[in-house]
Amino acid sequence: MGEMEELRKEMENLKDQITAARKTFQDSTLQEAAAGVTVVGRVQLKTRKTLRGHLAKIYAMHWGTDSTLCVSASQDGKLIVWDTITTNKVNAIPLKSSWVMTCAYAPSGNLVACGGLDNMCSIYNLKGKDGNVKVMRELAAHTGYLSCCRFLSDTEIITSSGDCTCVLWDIETGTQKTVFAGHQGDAMSLGVSPDFKYFISGACDFTAKLWDIREAECRQTFGGHESDINAIGFFPNGNAVITGSDDATCKLYDLRADQELLTYQDSSIMCGVTSLASSKSGRLLLAGHDDFNVNIWDMLKAERVGVLAGHDNRVSCIGVSSDGMACCTGSWDSFLKIWN
Amino acid sequence: MAEAPQQQQQQQQQQQQQEEEEEEEQLSSVEETEADEESEEEAKESVHTTPTRPLLSMRSMSTVDPDDDSPNMIVYRKIEDIVTLIQDEEEGVPIRTVKSFMTKIPSVVTGTDIVQWLMKNLAIEDPAEAMHIGSLIAAQGYFFPISDHVLSLKDDGTFYRFQAPYFWPSNCWEPENTDYAIYLCKRTMQNKTRLELADYEAENLARLQRAFARKWEFIYMQAEAQVKIDRKKDKTERKILDSQERAFWDVHRPVPGCVNTTEMDIRKCRRMKNPLRVKKSVYGLVEEGTQSQSPIHTPSHHCRKGTKEDVEKEILFLNTQIDRHRMKMSKVAESLISYTDQYMDYDQFVTAQEPANPWTSDDPSLWELEASKEPSQQRVKKWGFSLEEALKDPAGQELFLKFLESEFSSENLRFWLAVQDMKRRPQQDVAQRAEDIWAEFLAEGAPSSINLDSHSYERTSQNLKDPGRYSYEDAQDHIYKLMKSDSYTRFLRSNVYQDLLTAKKKPETEQGRRTSLEKFTRSVGKSLTGKRLTGLMQSS
Repeated sequence: MGEMEELRKEMENLKDQITAARKTFQDSTLQEAAAGVTVVGRVQLKTRKTLRGHLAKIYAMHWGTDSTLCVSASQDGKLIVWDTITTNKVNAIPLKSSWVMTCAYAPSGNLVACGGLDNMCSIYNLKGKDGNVKVMRELAAHTGYLSCCRFLSDTEIITSSGDCTCVLWDIETGTQKTVFAGHQGDAMSLGVSPDFKYFISGACDFTAKLWDIREAECRQTFGGHESDINAIGFFPNGNAVITGSDDATCKLYDLRADQELLTYQDSSIMCGVTSLASSKSGRLLLAGHDDFNVNIWDMLKAERVGVLAGHDNRVSCIGVSSDGMACCTGSWDSFLKIWN
Repeated sequence: MAEAPQQQQQQQQQQQQQEEEEEEEQLSSVEETEADEESEEEAKESVHTTPTRPLLSMRSMSTVDPDDDSPNMIVYRKIEDIVTLIQDEEEGVPIRTVKSFMTKIPSVVTGTDIVQWLMKNLAIEDPAEAMHIGSLIAAQGYFFPISDHVLSLKDDGTFYRFQAPYFWPSNCWEPENTDYAIYLCKRTMQNKTRLELADYEAENLARLQRAFARKWEFIYMQAEAQVKIDRKKDKTERKILDSQERAFWDVHRPVPGCVNTTEMDIRKCRRMKNPLRVKKSVYGLVEEGTQSQSPIHTPSHHCRKGTKEDVEKEILFLNTQIDRHRMKMSKVAESLISYTDQYMDYDQFVTAQEPANPWTSDDPSLWELEASKEPSQQRVKKWGFSLEEALKDPAGQELFLKFLESEFSSENLRFWLAVQDMKRRPQQDVAQRAEDIWAEFLAEGAPSSINLDSHSYERTSQNLKDPGRYSYEDAQDHIYKLMKSDSYTRFLRSNVYQDLLTAKKKPETEQGRRTSLEKFTRSVGKSLTGKRLTGLMQSS
């Protein structure tokens, strides 16, 4: 046991060194630098559409790249593709397992994926020959629940799992191409960089990791949260990472400074963050919470500038459309709402 | 099992928990339940000392086990800090007995008092926010309206009572239906109007009677025993305990239509302490045989604790990180600020976009404009932000390509696009595409020969011995950098781009103006009546 203690000591020592090294680059803070930036003012978004149709908790949603279609997954065992303008259901796909936790829309618009307690990522082809939506592939190898998945293209997808790993799959062959291991807790969420070369993952070990897809390596690790990281995303320019945690805070980490820039917190926000999305310019951060609300933050000044209160139960997922025109929230109350 | 009254409430509660655990091990008996209830009362009667720790710090004075970091517990800790302080004799709300219509209502406080206290002590300016927090605390059952099953907070004279710590959610109650049946059953036995079953409760009771038909005699006996115990209590205490018990059940068996706040995120469930917890009974019963396992409580693999290998890997990783290149905070801050500044005009949530928002106006012209081959000035302006933006937009990409063709240097962009396309192909097509690209752009005497430095050239030809998606990564990066620093900057200064940006070309400008006027009148027409629209047309 002495050896283990020695190793842990060494690890802590290295962490302290890194903290000290990072400190030497703290010649300013983002808040100080943004002091002169014009205030955003109160942001009031209204519900424009309510998407009704799910019969149970909605656990995930994802926008397509065309800005009007989105897909949602619910514990009623259905994956629904919505036309958010007309609120019509373009597809209603019945799932084999109703314990679904995540869904994703391929950038091409041809495929959707989902997964959950079945430990698998199922890929569905929306543009099949006969018009029926069928399972195209079932990617099975994870030994824990599927928490999140994101397409790189129609041929590759990345998944995160309760088995603490993230995996890059080849959809054609249904095989694992790369396993990204390193997290010490369930990997809860992932986000792909705008250039598709990197991805970030947030986990129940309270850390976020940046992974190089090609080199199959962890490039950076960010800590600071005091509880599980449930949500993660890139800042629009791809140089910074936003995380949301059960400790009721969100944090902004910069990749080039290799450290935390800001924490978004307020003593009157007690419930954990379940999901997050940034507005098109990156100026606003929208965070969904367990207390049924979405809080809107000015990302540069770390001030709360708005609240979206419209759901009757936890907000479980949130997304901003690719052209930034609308925000969609999904909730345990079984509804999705479009806001702007 | 009677314990001498303690002075610290905290100690008392821990003792309570200990007692509860001990009870589970022993046979069920009515006496056990009695002792339970006694210590519960004692807990309520004791005065707890004024806490000195700051409110809402992470180190809480709540009795939640500090090692239990499950998401719900974190919130319970925060709530319990507030709830403990709000009941404080000096610093809390005025809890008193109210005389009304020949009866006394013991131990209540008004909704307004609670809201006011929250605003003052949590430094909240907006009453709506205080209501939100108050409702959250009420929904978890930490205080409740004395005359309603619905657990919400109202900012008026409605009376609320605080829940006994015994029933706090942090005690991880997952009461069985047998307990619920006993509870509903005993309510029907006591002839009091205030204990009359609500419609949904009567329905629940009927359902449970059907479900437990075979052991109903047992349930009935337990209910009778509970009634007997209750009768021994003082009238006032009885009122308080009844309401607290009811509030407990309002949390665990909520009114239909109300949110069940005990629901857990299934991803977090299995990490809770004792996921296969022995379900303790509210009334001291020992459960024979558990329900069938729900997926929520299946013990999947345990969380990986740091093994020696993990720590060694971490050490290796950390060593690479110590001297990594870092940028100054001021510089990255500047870069983030200028990015948001540049894109603010394109951010719908900050700057209203023209034409109008499709979700309000039902007018899809915004997207038609975005998709059209004749880009708006705003769209053209974005191409100047970065090469990424120019290439993202099909019209921008097309124009850039045209420009390069005019300079006889389009092979770079075409190479870059070809590699992008190859990376998205199915695995079986990749090798062929890689060879085609080599033939077209890099081979000796290639028709669209690109200019690659010898180092990248060597690396690439090595990669192609085993062609894959990343074979051209180095080459692609190199060519991209070249385009960015050289052709792209010239493109932005070129006539083709500048003309579009400043909308110099006459025919296009006129058409542009006409189209936007049409669209303006269309959107205006939607909000005006016919008469006024005609008036407008006449005047222009």
